[in-house]
Amino acid sequence: MVPLNLNRAIKEGARFVRRLEAESGQKISDCNQCGKCTAGCPLGFAMDLMPNQVMHLIRVGLWAEVLESRTIWLCSHCAVCTTRCPRNIDLARVMDSLRITARREGRIGSERSIALFNEIFLDSVRRYGRAHEFGIGLRHNLLTRRPFKDSDLGRVWLRRGKLKLGTRKIKGAAEIDRIFSEVERTEDGR
Amino acid sequence: MPRTGVFVCWCGSNIGGVIDCPETAAAASGFPGVAFSTDYKYMCSEPGQNMVIQAIREHRLDRAVVASCSPRLHEETFRKTLVRAGLNPYMLEMANIREHCTWVHGADIQQARIKAVDLVRRAVAKANRLEPLFESEISVTRRCLVIGGGVAGIQAALDVADAGHEVILVEREPTIGGNMVKLDKTFPTLDCSACISTPKMVAAATHPNIKLYTYAEIEKLAGYVGNFEVTIRQKARYVDHEKCTGCGTCWEKCPTRVPSEFDAGIGQRTAIYIPFPQAVPNKPVIDREHCRYFATGKCEICAKLCPTGAVDYGQEDLVLTEKVGAVVAATGFGLFDWSRVYGEYGYGQYPDVVTGMQFERLVNAAGPTGGKLLRPSDGATPRTVVFIKCVGSRDEAKGRRYCSRICCMYTAKHALQVLEKVPGASVFVFYMDVRTAGKGYEEFYQRAVNNGTVYVRGRVSKIYQDGERLVVRGVDTLLGRPVEVDADMVVLATAVEPGSGAAETARILGINTDQDGFFQEAHPKLRPVETHTRGVFLAGACQAPKDIPDTVAQASGAAAKVAGLLSSKWLSTNPMIATVNEALCTGCFLCVPVCSYRALEPKKITERLPGHPPREREVAGVNTGLCQGCGACNVACRAGAIEVRGFTNEQLLAEVDALCQ
Repeated sequence: MVPLNLNRAIKEGARFVRRLEAESGQKISDCNQCGKCTAGCPLGFAMDLMPNQVMHLIRVGLWAEVLESRTIWLCSHCAVCTTRCPRNIDLARVMDSLRITARREGRIGSERSIALFNEIFLDSVRRYGRAHEFGIGLRHNLLTRRPFKDSDLGRVWLRRGKLKLGTRKIKGAAEIDRIFSEVERTEDGR
Repeated sequence: MPRTGVFVCWCGSNIGGVIDCPETAAAASGFPGVAFSTDYKYMCSEPGQNMVIQAIREHRLDRAVVASCSPRLHEETFRKTLVRAGLNPYMLEMANIREHCTWVHGADIQQARIKAVDLVRRAVAKANRLEPLFESEISVTRRCLVIGGGVAGIQAALDVADAGHEVILVEREPTIGGNMVKLDKTFPTLDCSACISTPKMVAAATHPNIKLYTYAEIEKLAGYVGNFEVTIRQKARYVDHEKCTGCGTCWEKCPTRVPSEFDAGIGQRTAIYIPFPQAVPNKPVIDREHCRYFATGKCEICAKLCPTGAVDYGQEDLVLTEKVGAVVAATGFGLFDWSRVYGEYGYGQYPDVVTGMQFERLVNAAGPTGGKLLRPSDGATPRTVVFIKCVGSRDEAKGRRYCSRICCMYTAKHALQVLEKVPGASVFVFYMDVRTAGKGYEEFYQRAVNNGTVYVRGRVSKIYQDGERLVVRGVDTLLGRPVEVDADMVVLATAVEPGSGAAETARILGINTDQDGFFQEAHPKLRPVETHTRGVFLAGACQAPKDIPDTVAQASGAAAKVAGLLSSKWLSTNPMIATVNEALCTGCFLCVPVCSYRALEPKKITERLPGHPPREREVAGVNTGLCQGCGACNVACRAGAIEVRGFTNEQLLAEVDALCQ
């Protein structure tokens, strides 16, 4: 393995760290690599980078590996890491910021389907003011080219009335749309 | 016939929870000589002790066996109990049925019960043969010798002197101040080392109770606690300090330049020199080895220029003696010579790979660069500095197995200093662990991290020169990948080791060194400033690697011990020491070399035998002040002439007999 040139890597990663710190409000160098986050992470078993490794890789300038990792998409923002971090780092927020960055930079790795789900979900909320589960599921299945995924479950839910085929807007749908527009405006302004 | 009392203690459930104490006491009542036996929950408590006293009076007991814990814990307690009951305190024998029995045999109660009875039988057998012993008194010279004029020695000297006792402070270098005064700043408060140590140096030099010998070494320590006689060699300075005014003309004009020891080889000094401008005393010495006059017989510039005629090439070493009652060893530490073994760091061939101490001199305002951080090779300002910790420490293969304790903190300090002195600098620290045990230490380390120091967990495998830069190759174990850093300068945190000459000093003082060569304390927790030689105390890094706060604390601790020892004109001696049966002694003196305390020496006696004229012959004599009662001579004596009081052959054999029954 070719040695990583730390001077260069850290220098080249400095801008990324500055922006991430501004967006997440967390200081990356605060992490002392104790591993408490990884120890408690309920999804750690499925991750390719452990949460503490995410922090370390960012620190030494290897942010591209982090953005393309599965880990940031597998993170469910349960915030066990945030609750337990002895250095008071809100790691769940860092993960959030990383997801936003990855999407913005178009650097989503192998976990495209999770990113896609997030998008479809938000789109549904924007349109109806609530999540239209049937529509979300169907759209996700079609776009990921697995049309019959979870269809057996879907049948049961439909029969019991847990899943509605029709859509209905909430009363304040216009306000919801305004929230989305406002967020988009500030995001662009950044 | 002796009348022995046996007192079996339950020690709550420590003993009573395992064996049946009343049963043990009942068994003891049948042993020869036992006139009374009983048991109690806590024998060392007030009611327990009163019970012992009452039993002694009621049953006219003349000796006692206490079956309880280790004599280390309560022998002294029960001796005092015996005194209160009107007995000689040495008519006591303890049976350790806690540490030696119930604590270790809790799983096998049957065997524990049998062993407890055996241990009591042994103690009774010895108790039956005890003789009263009496402490004697020796006079105390109320003066103290402090060896080493670093911060430990200075602090100990000042504290003892403030307690009202005279102090002889001996320093082998031309100035006091030791290692601390070489430092630039001190963690974790970053106060300037010189600002806090030079006033102490002046205070020591001007204290009316402190007699200062610099450029002097101790050659011999004779005598014993309270009555030592130390031989000091005042090395020739070739400058009469009575006449010298310290004007500085001589060292300004001296033509010779040699690397300065004070600057860790980074700067230069002249042959007639003071180590640094704030030296105490502020008067020069001539380094004979490098002086042009001593080498060629020509030059004499300093002698010609000296306005007071203080230079005296004919001066000779002066040997003098001082009498003291106590000794504090404060000889400090040395630093591991990394260049012999660490080929991966370049064996010392790269000028920009320096040690932590050299770095201190490089950033010190009084150092060779005037406090500007400039690298040795070309005088350029280093923009990327790599620090490597544990160079020699925690390295059993090449260096020393222990942690040097100070490096994590001074490296964090150095990192902060680089960041402060060179704006925009990059600092990398290769480490194995970061150990910051101390008040405000972890916070200080975090400050170094927050200010931008990059800590890399891993070791360095190689440093090599690439043009003007040094490439440092190593590993980041958190990353699990090899890494490299292009550096302008590398600083090695070299291990703390015993000062040069520590072994010789230990030999002179008659104290032990531990397996790493540091001076051995009497007990790691309960007697950390004492040695096994009574009257000799330890202060500072000569005992183990230590930072300044701990050194000063230990020095004050040693001073308190000295002040306690010197508080009285008289000192009672331990009566349980060796005694020579002069009639049996053949004068072979095998006992002399085995004695660690140098307590045995030949003495002349006049022997009068019936039918013969009186004749003189040499036998072994015991110095009651020096003897610690260890028993080594007892074993070595072929004639069986030496016995240790309180542990006589008869007593010990009676114990063996009792145990073998």
